[in-house]
Amino acid sequence: MTAYLIFISRRFGQLLLVVFLGISATFFITHMTPVDPVAESITAITNFGKADPEAILLMRKTLTELYGLQGNLFEQYLQFWSRLARGDLGPSLSAFPTPVSQIILRALPWTVGLMISATLISFLLGNTLGALAGYYRNSRLLKLAGLALIGLQPIPYYILAFILLILFGYVWPVLPITGGYEMNADTSFSLTLVLDILRHSILPAMALVMVGAGSWLTGMRALTSNIVTEDYVTFAELGGVGSTRILRSYVVRNALVPQLTGLAMSLGAIFNGTVITEIVFGYPGIGSLLISAVHAGDYSLVLGLASLSIVGVAIAVFLIDILSPLLDPRMKAE
Amino acid sequence: MFTIVRDLIRYNIEFAVGLFILLLLIAAVVLSFFSPYPAADIYVVPPDLPPDAEFWLGTTSRGQDTFWQLMIGLRNTLGFGVGVAFLSRILSLVVGLTAGYAGGRTDRVLMAINDSVMVIPQFPILVLFYFVLKDDMNWLMLVLILSALGWAYDARLIRSIAMSLRTRPFTTQSVYSGMSMRKILVEEHLPYVMPVVFATTMNNMIWSIGMEITLSVLGFTDVDTPTMGQMIYWANSHSALISGIWWWVAAPVGAIVILFIGLFLLSMSMNEYIDPRSRLNRMGV
Amino acid sequence: MPTAVLQTPPAPAAAEPVLVVDRLRAYYRTHAFGLDRDIRAVDDISLTVAPGEVYGIAGESSSGKTTLIKTIVGAIRPPLAVVGGSVRFRFGGEIRDIYALTPAELQTIRWRHLSCILQGSMNVLNPVRQIRHSFQDFAFPHMGLKPAAFWQAVRAHLARLDLDPAVLDSYPHQLSGGMRQRTTIALATVCTPEFIVADEPTTALDVIVQRDVLTMLRDIQRRLGSSFLFVTHDMSVHATVSDRVGIVYAGRLVEEAETPTLFRGALHPYTQHLVASLPRIGDTTRRASLPGRPPSLADPPSGCRFHPRCPLAMDVCREKVPALVEAAPRHRVACFAVSGAPS
Repeated sequence: MTAYLIFISRRFGQLLLVVFLGISATFFITHMTPVDPVAESITAITNFGKADPEAILLMRKTLTELYGLQGNLFEQYLQFWSRLARGDLGPSLSAFPTPVSQIILRALPWTVGLMISATLISFLLGNTLGALAGYYRNSRLLKLAGLALIGLQPIPYYILAFILLILFGYVWPVLPITGGYEMNADTSFSLTLVLDILRHSILPAMALVMVGAGSWLTGMRALTSNIVTEDYVTFAELGGVGSTRILRSYVVRNALVPQLTGLAMSLGAIFNGTVITEIVFGYPGIGSLLISAVHAGDYSLVLGLASLSIVGVAIAVFLIDILSPLLDPRMKAE
Repeated sequence: MFTIVRDLIRYNIEFAVGLFILLLLIAAVVLSFFSPYPAADIYVVPPDLPPDAEFWLGTTSRGQDTFWQLMIGLRNTLGFGVGVAFLSRILSLVVGLTAGYAGGRTDRVLMAINDSVMVIPQFPILVLFYFVLKDDMNWLMLVLILSALGWAYDARLIRSIAMSLRTRPFTTQSVYSGMSMRKILVEEHLPYVMPVVFATTMNNMIWSIGMEITLSVLGFTDVDTPTMGQMIYWANSHSALISGIWWWVAAPVGAIVILFIGLFLLSMSMNEYIDPRSRLNRMGV
Repeated sequence: MPTAVLQTPPAPAAAEPVLVVDRLRAYYRTHAFGLDRDIRAVDDISLTVAPGEVYGIAGESSSGKTTLIKTIVGAIRPPLAVVGGSVRFRFGGEIRDIYALTPAELQTIRWRHLSCILQGSMNVLNPVRQIRHSFQDFAFPHMGLKPAAFWQAVRAHLARLDLDPAVLDSYPHQLSGGMRQRTTIALATVCTPEFIVADEPTTALDVIVQRDVLTMLRDIQRRLGSSFLFVTHDMSVHATVSDRVGIVYAGRLVEEAETPTLFRGALHPYTQHLVASLPRIGDTTRRASLPGRPPSLADPPSGCRFHPRCPLAMDVCREKVPALVEAAPRHRVACFAVSGAPS
């Protein structure tokens, strides 16, 4: 058990390091450039009409404070951390004065929901097919399914999403291709709303699953064909243990630990894919928010989104990582 | 080297198809230098013409010949992928070999950084770069940024090979004969990891080109260097699909899919070739 | 005919054999990048095992012993392929041809009638599950007992073998090598099968534990009356355990005799070498080592496969393959120097 605690604390240290490096990178990328967000914001605001110099001066002072830009770079850096710790990411410029954290919180459930469901589906689908394909190596049907999924795997999320959009938007328009729900839908909770949300999530989730399942399949197939040559599988076969049981309790059970580690490792890439897919399908999550924030020049919103996605992904990686040893008694006890 | 390629072509259909696609792409790159129109010029041909004998892939709403745009775009996109792959391979070799050979504290520190880079979501960081760099976000800058983000996974792979090389007798022998660490890594260990480096190059190109396309399509790169992503970006901004100029979209999307499948087939066959089990069969042990 | 009277009376072992292996050939067939290779790991082997007999198989590593075992128990996975011959078991008066059975039929035989103890006790138990699950998976479907009665039987069996029933709740990595092997033996014998195949069951263990495990095996064998096919390269283990020993060299059976005969009067030069290399108390002479290495099974020498290392090699040995012939009752040998060169 102590070995497990040491493992957790080492992983926690890793989590802190990831968050520290990521947030610092975010901070310095935005602060080491000649772009002055305060000046940009003032230009953006004064474009609407003339303002007197005194008001501009006051505005400059307020904005500098809101963006946390007082003092030298190091003071700003410390301030950035202390504000982040309090969950204060400043006001959004494009939706002034709504706090950035509030805007992000509104978009977050969409992204998290899409990401979790698509990841679960592709993980289960890819691993199931991969285990079957590795175990029943002569099945033509499984080979074909594998080939199809593996062939989709190298295609970038954007292109695949785009192709789906063309197929289901223009060639065979049966599914909604944009948004998270009907534009003028009644947003109070009801069965219709749930079904509508599900219908809207089919295409983006499908794009993610199609690209994601292939790599789980290849990984699981390779692991399975390695594990079937292990002594304990041969022994179980000689013991007359049924093939379904061998596949489930001997092969898959042993392959699950490395696959979960793989899930933790690729979470960052999965998040990228989710964000990109959202953009293609106009899904109201983090990705779409990020793009509109960039186009609106919303400095604090972009900064907040980047920081939060790093922290969020790092925490998710940490959670999956500390769960995987629970599946392997050798790692837990030692 | 030649016999390896010959054997692969003969006995590995994936490699043969992948190589064929790669040769097609190289032909396209060579062809692009003979383009009758400068890449950035617009309204050099009548706009919106469907594919015919004169304009094989039609013309765009910006008055450009789709075929020549595609050739030039392929050149830039491939050049981009090769650039990122080259720089990030150097990074992953340095980190992987050093960590694997040195072990101990050096290894732990390098791997902590490595793992952090591996799990950080890259897309928001790239968008952030565009956000602050705006027009300075050119082709070269993006190569540098993606190289800095795309080495970690392969460094881990190289490290694991270096760790096993360290325990081999020839390494001990080199140490006792007074070779410096740098010399051992470059002269003794590098040849062993090169096959893996080649195989990971393909995957790295798939990743970096995918990122570049996504960023270009969103308009987050220098819009004046024609790449595959740029073509889709301009097609989208002219609503090519809605106005029925489908060839403007189909040409780059088709080319990208072919390019990726080619790279993927090559990486798959190389992985199979360097897999120890298939190697044992080949050597007939 | 009057001479028939003079023939040796039928030995008790002449009862219907429980295992008949007939001209068995099994090759590893690989083809990669245009290279086709056959590794002839089992080449034309015939043998029989009587009920209650312990038949030992000896030979150097990579002589094809383990492949022979795999082929006999029907654990054939590509690239290994059975090229010819047959393996027939006789369980409850019924002949079962291993290669003619459907996978489902084979499954009903396993553990109930035919069980195995494999080399490398480290890895034969599923590392991520408790040992009770192995008993459940292997034995429960073959014993036809209600769960409560089944676990009672398992516990009783463990107790008979001096094993703490607590091993059931352990994971394999929590047990020592010896404990793991004893547990595996308990698992292999819990269904009281008629035939048990043991592949190097003591090899990975230290000497003290080895003796424990051998005693345990011998005990069980006496109690259950099962037949054993006992494979080990260690001739001293054969001396203690096996009733009869077959010597395998480069995929072929070169000599077979009852253990005392083999140790006292081996006929094949290779067997003589194996027996001579055993240490004896009080003997301080140097043991001569055999020149050369075991031949490659992919490209074996022509004729008798032992001829490049054989002190008695003649011209005929390079050209013709000696047949395994009866040199004395219940003593077969494949050597021209013994049986005389064919004319």
